[in-house]
Amino acid sequence: MASNCHASTNLDDATACDNNVVLVGNPNSGKTTVFNALTGLRQKVGNYPGVTVEKKTGSMTDNHGRVIKLHDLPGLYSLIPKSLDDKISVDILTGRSPHLKSVKLIVLVADASNLNRSLYLITQITELGAPVVLALNMMDAAESKGTRINTKEMANELGVEVLPVVAKKGQGIAELRSKIIELLAQEKDKQAHTALPVTDAVQQAAQPVGEYIQRVHGLSVQASLAEAYRIISNDNALQGWLSHTNGRKQDATELSSLATDARAQLDAQSVTWQMLETNSRYRLVDHIFQKAVQPNLKQGRSHSEKVDIVLTHRLVGPLIFVAILALIFQSIFLWAEIPTQAIESVMVWLGQQAALILPEGILQDLILDGAIAGVGAVLVFMPQIMFLFFFLSLLEDSGYMARAAFIFDRFMRAAGLSGRSVIPLLSSFACAIPGIMATRTIQSSRDRIITIMIAPFMSCSARLPVYALMIGAFIPPYYVLGIFSLPALTLLSMYMIGILAALGTAVLLKKLTGRQTKESSFVMELPPYRLPSLRWTSLQMWERAKIFVTDAGKIIFAMSIVLWALAYFPRPDNPNEVSGSTAIRQSYAGRLGQAMEPVIRPLGFDWKMGIGLITSFAAREVMVSTMATIYNVEGGNETSVTLREALKRDRDPITGQAVYTPLVALSLMVFFVLACQCMSTVAIVKRETNSWRWPVTMIVYMTVMAYIGSFIVYQGGKILGLG
Amino acid sequence: MNTMLSLEKLNPGDNAIINEIKSNGVDHGVLMEMGLISGTSVQLIKFAPLGDPLEIKVRGYHLSIRKSDAKSILVEKQ
Ligand SMILES: Nc1nc2c(ncn2[C@@H]2O[C@H](COP(=O)(O)OP(=O)(O)O)[C@@H](O)[C@H]2O)c(=O)[nH]1
Repeated sequence: MASNCHASTNLDDATACDNNVVLVGNPNSGKTTVFNALTGLRQKVGNYPGVTVEKKTGSMTDNHGRVIKLHDLPGLYSLIPKSLDDKISVDILTGRSPHLKSVKLIVLVADASNLNRSLYLITQITELGAPVVLALNMMDAAESKGTRINTKEMANELGVEVLPVVAKKGQGIAELRSKIIELLAQEKDKQAHTALPVTDAVQQAAQPVGEYIQRVHGLSVQASLAEAYRIISNDNALQGWLSHTNGRKQDATELSSLATDARAQLDAQSVTWQMLETNSRYRLVDHIFQKAVQPNLKQGRSHSEKVDIVLTHRLVGPLIFVAILALIFQSIFLWAEIPTQAIESVMVWLGQQAALILPEGILQDLILDGAIAGVGAVLVFMPQIMFLFFFLSLLEDSGYMARAAFIFDRFMRAAGLSGRSVIPLLSSFACAIPGIMATRTIQSSRDRIITIMIAPFMSCSARLPVYALMIGAFIPPYYVLGIFSLPALTLLSMYMIGILAALGTAVLLKKLTGRQTKESSFVMELPPYRLPSLRWTSLQMWERAKIFVTDAGKIIFAMSIVLWALAYFPRPDNPNEVSGSTAIRQSYAGRLGQAMEPVIRPLGFDWKMGIGLITSFAAREVMVSTMATIYNVEGGNETSVTLREALKRDRDPITGQAVYTPLVALSLMVFFVLACQCMSTVAIVKRETNSWRWPVTMIVYMTVMAYIGSFIVYQGGKILGLG
Repeated sequence: MNTMLSLEKLNPGDNAIINEIKSNGVDHGVLMEMGLISGTSVQLIKFAPLGDPLEIKVRGYHLSIRKSDAKSILVEKQ
């Protein structure tokens, strides 16, 4: 009843009463640009519950002020799902999704300059019988290619409205908006707009499967029949429907036996049913294309093809890649450093102001060292994330990302991954957090998870202070073979250990997860190079930063407070008289470090290092400042001579032996290569995978790896007599 | 009649017509849905710097596929 119907204005949920409009289309069709143009900034990025797939929702209002909700579905090529992302879209389009039950209108977005292939998905969707409007985007690109499109003829053939659009320039958007409003106001027709051309024999064979879909899932007659063709001709499609029987076993058995019967019937008439839908559909596609599109046959090499000759050239291509990467890293290490330091100074200043206002005591310490430091811990990542995402979205929007994947696919396959993982993993050498956020461009969700899990093994910039302190203090500046300096070789080995651990983990995870999913082929479109728009690049950069602060920030802040409390309580009776060193020894963190000593002894670590391992979970470089506190070195940092000397002088009170030896230093560095000593990484993995399962697995797995690695280094070194 | 060969045997710049997608490939359904069905013309554009994957042009757009997938695509060189 209408009175019970409450449309919700909250973008997080979609009720049946809402005017739900979905945007679908091939990847690279400019779908996101259309979505942005329609919704402006009224949008929200989240995740579909329980999965890693990104969910984008936005809104626009009609002439009466009613809210229309737009859902930007993951891009796809076909209604037969190949990945988790595809499945989300397909389920929504065919009314099987728990996330979005009632779709009032489908806005199809297609690249007008690439219509032949796009018509495949277009005709699949026009067969479903839901109200559809087709936005022919990139009309400018089609024009400059010399392609002539007869939109009237196309509308005629498809039975749906067709609107030419140039989303990037905002052309046709107003018309599209009014068309959406107009179609929503109409009574919806459940008529399919097109039908797959099949023989009578095929139609007869598919009938029972279609009736089943209609009866059990409530699809229209034509849509059910369209699904039936897919089910018969492709096992993935069949599997897709089998997983939607709501646990009713007899339904699943019934559907698979119906499909088997239909296939047998076609076999008996020697009709090939494998990929029957695809073959018939491309006949339909070719027919429509011929009627409505006049491609420019005399066209020579396009600009994009000329550019590509250089960018994916055998020798020049990889060199350009390295140059681009060098530029990105330069920006992170040099330019992002300036705002980062500014943020740090502001936090210090805030602390000083707070210290003036607040009375000395626990409250002051909590605000200063807990809260302000916690906010600082979140904010210092912002410049890095924004710089990296500025470049990454430029690469993605220009079409270069696909080329980087093309160049390095062979290389990544060694680890069972695809070229898509190259950029996220390389970004992780700067910082795993933007690296992990960049895994969204990986289409296969299994590859995405694996890439997320191995990204923290890449030695990030926060490990450098630890390496620098240990190498500076304990690795003698010898030259090996007269040319290689031992400290440099040590540093290089740390990076190599991280890379090897990452590759090994990838292979292992691939094996573990490989049983359910069969090896998928790596088929990737190489979109034409396009000039990215600065406006949306900035928007994306801003969006990532916002996600980081709002979603990961909360977790990081909470953990900062906990870590502060661990190192702060219990308070000594006379806090003003004891040194920082004594205070931290007495704290819970100090006690934990001491309690841990038997466990970490085999790695060559004493309890002081144990404390450092606990506090450095806030961020790896905190290890250095903790050491400075423990050894009572004022303002000690990784290059401070006093701190290095203090470490070298430290003796075991019982045996009188040096606590640190080069072997201990090596063992500690290896621990830092492998361990997940970074709460921000944990927080972002939680955000990106949308569950605690992966971050917890990551902590446990990496800590075990680190323990084993350090154990081997220390014990192995002792056996070799290096102790 | 021209001889049949698998797609990765073509040289960059060669044009060909797809004759058959063998179903023993990794997942021939994916290739076919991307428009590689019999009778369609393809052009081999180039191989990646490491020799694999390869770039083809089909139905007016560019696609990257691995050699292992290309092996299951039989073409007739033009
Ligand atoms: N020439 C042209 N480029 C466009 C148009 N719409 C989007 N683009 C560009 O196409 C690329 C891909 O767009 P995007 O919206 O990210 O595609 P999606 O993958 O479908 O979401 C970007 O570089 C856009 O700037 C258009 O109408 N004309």
